[in-house]
Amino acid sequence: MSATFVGMPAFPEAARAALADPQLRHNLAHATDTIRRKRASVVAEIPEWEELRLVGAAVKDSALRSLDTHLVELEERLVANGAVVHWARDAAEACAIVAEVATRHSAEEVVKVKSMVTQEIGLNEALAAQGIAAWETDLAELIVQLGDDLPSHILVPAIHRNRAEIREIFRTKMAAAGRPAPDDLTDDPAALAGAAREHLREKFLRAKVAVSGANFAVAETGTLVVVESEGNGRMCLTLPDVLVSVVGIEKVLPTWESLDPMMRLLPRSSTGERMNPYTSTWSGVTPGDGPQEVHVVLLDNGRTNALADDVGRQALRCIRCSACLNVCPVYERTGGHAYGSVYPGPIGAILNPLLKGTGVDEQTDSLPYASSLCGACFEACPVRIDIPEVLVHLRTKVVDSHRGDRVLKPEAVAMKAAAFAFSDARRLALAERASGLAGRVIGRWGKTRLPGGRPAAGRIPGPGAAWTSARDMPAPPKESFRAWWKRTSGGRS
Amino acid sequence: MSARDEILGRVRAALADVDTSADVAVPAAPRSAAPPGDVVELFLERVADYRAVVERCSVADLVERVRAALPEGGRVVVPPGLEIEIVGAVADDHLSAAELDAVDAVVTAARVGIAETGTIVLDHQPDQGRRALSLVPDHHVCVVRADQIVPDVPDAVTMLDPSRPQTWISGPSATSDIELDRVEGVHGPRVLHVIVVDP
Ligand code: SF4
Repeated sequence: MSATFVGMPAFPEAARAALADPQLRHNLAHATDTIRRKRASVVAEIPEWEELRLVGAAVKDSALRSLDTHLVELEERLVANGAVVHWARDAAEACAIVAEVATRHSAEEVVKVKSMVTQEIGLNEALAAQGIAAWETDLAELIVQLGDDLPSHILVPAIHRNRAEIREIFRTKMAAAGRPAPDDLTDDPAALAGAAREHLREKFLRAKVAVSGANFAVAETGTLVVVESEGNGRMCLTLPDVLVSVVGIEKVLPTWESLDPMMRLLPRSSTGERMNPYTSTWSGVTPGDGPQEVHVVLLDNGRTNALADDVGRQALRCIRCSACLNVCPVYERTGGHAYGSVYPGPIGAILNPLLKGTGVDEQTDSLPYASSLCGACFEACPVRIDIPEVLVHLRTKVVDSHRGDRVLKPEAVAMKAAAFAFSDARRLALAERASGLAGRVIGRWGKTRLPGGRPAAGRIPGPGAAWTSARDMPAPPKESFRAWWKRTSGGRS
Repeated sequence: MSARDEILGRVRAALADVDTSADVAVPAAPRSAAPPGDVVELFLERVADYRAVVERCSVADLVERVRAALPEGGRVVVPPGLEIEIVGAVADDHLSAAELDAVDAVVTAARVGIAETGTIVLDHQPDQGRRALSLVPDHHVCVVRADQIVPDVPDAVTMLDPSRPQTWISGPSATSDIELDRVEGVHGPRVLHVIVVDP
């Protein structure tokens, strides 16, 4: 059974641990570099890419702006197509619905298509508590599940593992979960994929109940869409008698035609392919083909909180392509675990606080700061989510929600001090002189050097500690601009 | 209050500031410039990029080409409505998943081919069979008529009927899960053999 994220430390602390792991940094740098290059080359093939991004954003916005109407329409169409529709306010309700369906069919196990939302609601753990085994069938999910590990990437949850580590996990863990790995298993990716094929095939053939998510839910036609690569999705969506799909309410697309821009944007942004190997669409029950009992669970679990935030609601446009993770300089160095959530990287840094609310727990509150605001995520995002804008907005919300605290957030302390100094020219001159002095001291202590050779302080004591515990602070220059101007008569002497 | 009513209520409350009466129309998705040259050739090239086997032939040669594409001595299943004569093949008659697993290859028709992305779409009509048929056997021979090939994704989406289940296939089963390198061959057919037939 997979580990959980519950009780993860706040981002700066978790990042420190991740940064100290050279194997992890190597695996991540290699993988993100590969995917960035692939994405860039297939995006360059499409001259209308920027226009397509605008349309992608507009399609999702139009779905979200009348979400209530679309949800009602989706439900109507699904029911007319023979599906059973459930609504779940939160994770516990959604898990209970899935468990009830499985129990009614006396299923002791379910096969699962990779889905972010079922991880979000902790479905595997909830089913295990009822004595139902949930088998992950996506290769990366299988690696994570067998390794008793945590996912670290939206698309490739085992991105932090290299082939040698994967071979070790298969050799030592597969036997306990079913068909063992072959004795002569090598670390050749094709051999590893072959071992997963053999291991999972018996599970696909005997499963009675499958659980999936959906990439899109078309309101007008009651159609669900699953985008995948390996065929494990097709197996789960086709072979079992019963299919339960858990779908976040933001997955709605208004019309069948609106699938077009999405299917042009998603694969290129995600795996850097012109098209992913397999996409399945189904509209309820098809007599004589596939599951004859089809359930759809429409899930809120904080999405309406995000929707109520007029700046943050754009995050609900997200199609989980993971392009923003792959281009993020912070993600590339810390990996996904440091974000303490199934949604890591830039999108996780905004989505988690939007879903859970700010001022509730320290871990979530630390996420909007896990960014240098460089903007690479916005450039890469196929639905143009302005992640830096939302990050800044959420930082204000975090600080606001701590205004009543006895101990102020370091940002609040710094801003108070700055306001005091800047409001009076003499005070500012004094502060600058103090800073120059500190620069000389820190410059002498500074063991760290920033790129470019400028000396930096590691952790400094006192009120600055909270800031520098997670950042290298450049040593202040020895002379302030004001002092330099005076000394050189504005650079003339 | 039911979960349904409560969620819909929360959605409406969350959108209270949004004026939907002034709703802006979604701009039409841009169409790519017509691909240079023959769409059929582009389709073949793009399918081959996924490391699928591709070939093009005339109607007269089709039966022979299909036979040659099948693994020698293998058991072959076909959908009940396939209009290509394949000696020794069994027509699918609600075979169980385990029975399908014991079959080596399947031959199907297709609904549409997308040149730009090298994608084949099945909508599982009688000449393509139910979804499990083209999934469980390890070798899929797919016959696409040249006149079924369209330039790009929007052309396909407009033609397809969403009330039918669909499978969009771009190359053989693959994964990028190990160090983000594409490896062919996981759960779906490991061999995809596409034959484009000119009418
Ligand atoms: S925020 Fe944008 S780039 Fe990031 S996963 Fe979502 S859709 Fe992709």
